Amino acid sequence: MMVPEALALSALLFCIGVVGVLTRRNAIIIFMCVELMLNAVNLSFVAFSRLYGATGQVFVVFVMTVAAAEAAVGLAIIISIFRHRQTVDLSNINLLKG
Amino acid sequence: MPNFFYQLHFYLFGLIAIASALTFVTRKSPVAAALWLVTTMFSLAAIYVMMDAHFLGAIQVLVYAGAIMVVFLFVVMLLNLGHPDELSDLHGKWGRLAAGLVGLALLAQIMTLARTQFPVSFMQTEQAAAENLRDLNAVGVIAKPLFRDNLLAFELTSLLLLVAIVGAVLLGKRRTQA
Repeated sequence: MMVPEALALSALLFCIGVVGVLTRRNAIIIFMCVELMLNAVNLSFVAFSRLYGATGQVFVVFVMTVAAAEAAVGLAIIISIFRHRQTVDLSNINLLKG
Repeated sequence: MPNFFYQLHFYLFGLIAIASALTFVTRKSPVAAALWLVTTMFSLAAIYVMMDAHFLGAIQVLVYAGAIMVVFLFVVMLLNLGHPDELSDLHGKWGRLAAGLVGLALLAQIMTLARTQFPVSFMQTEQAAAENLRDLNAVGVIAKPLFRDNLLAFELTSLLLLVAIVGAVLLGKRRTQA
């Protein structure tokens, strides 16, 4: 059934996404890393749906919808931050820093 | 026991996914990063199809690789960030080292979790899954639980999408000087 292999692949992709979020400073690339993490979780949903029936696939559909909504709103936020500060480098966006 | 060609292609697409994900997080240019992420998503779609989730494979290509990544590329184009070499994008040496350690620790944890024994009592047999797929076909397998057991969640999702559209338009709109 290849389920453990798929779970290992999903864990690897998720951790690559986490490392990307931690190392990059470009807001757009960090956003794409979050998308990669969502994809990794989708993969483990699909893997488990092989064992426990199709409900896991329904969850993947929901995750994809939320990811689409999140991408639209998040990118709009990034655009409006860029209008104010002329940068998407997160180390320059420090308005809330104490 | 899956046959040899199945396993070969599974590992092949898995390797492509991991390799392109690694290239994706190390690229400086946002456009190159986005295109490598598209490669990851395509190989994930192939893996979905191999795991009998045919509809999700199609949706992955259409929605993720098609729609979402195009939105990302549009935003990169709209912002016009300048040449990638001038952007100091990565954190310093210690930041990268710490991030790598955190990533490895997380990976070890998740791998340990994945090795636990799965509960057997709810498990469906491979034969029942194949019969279900044959009776309902690829779309029906998802449509039945989606529109019957999760109908309320499905309707709420439409509300979420509406809110997201309105919010994106409001946030992205240029303020006119009054």
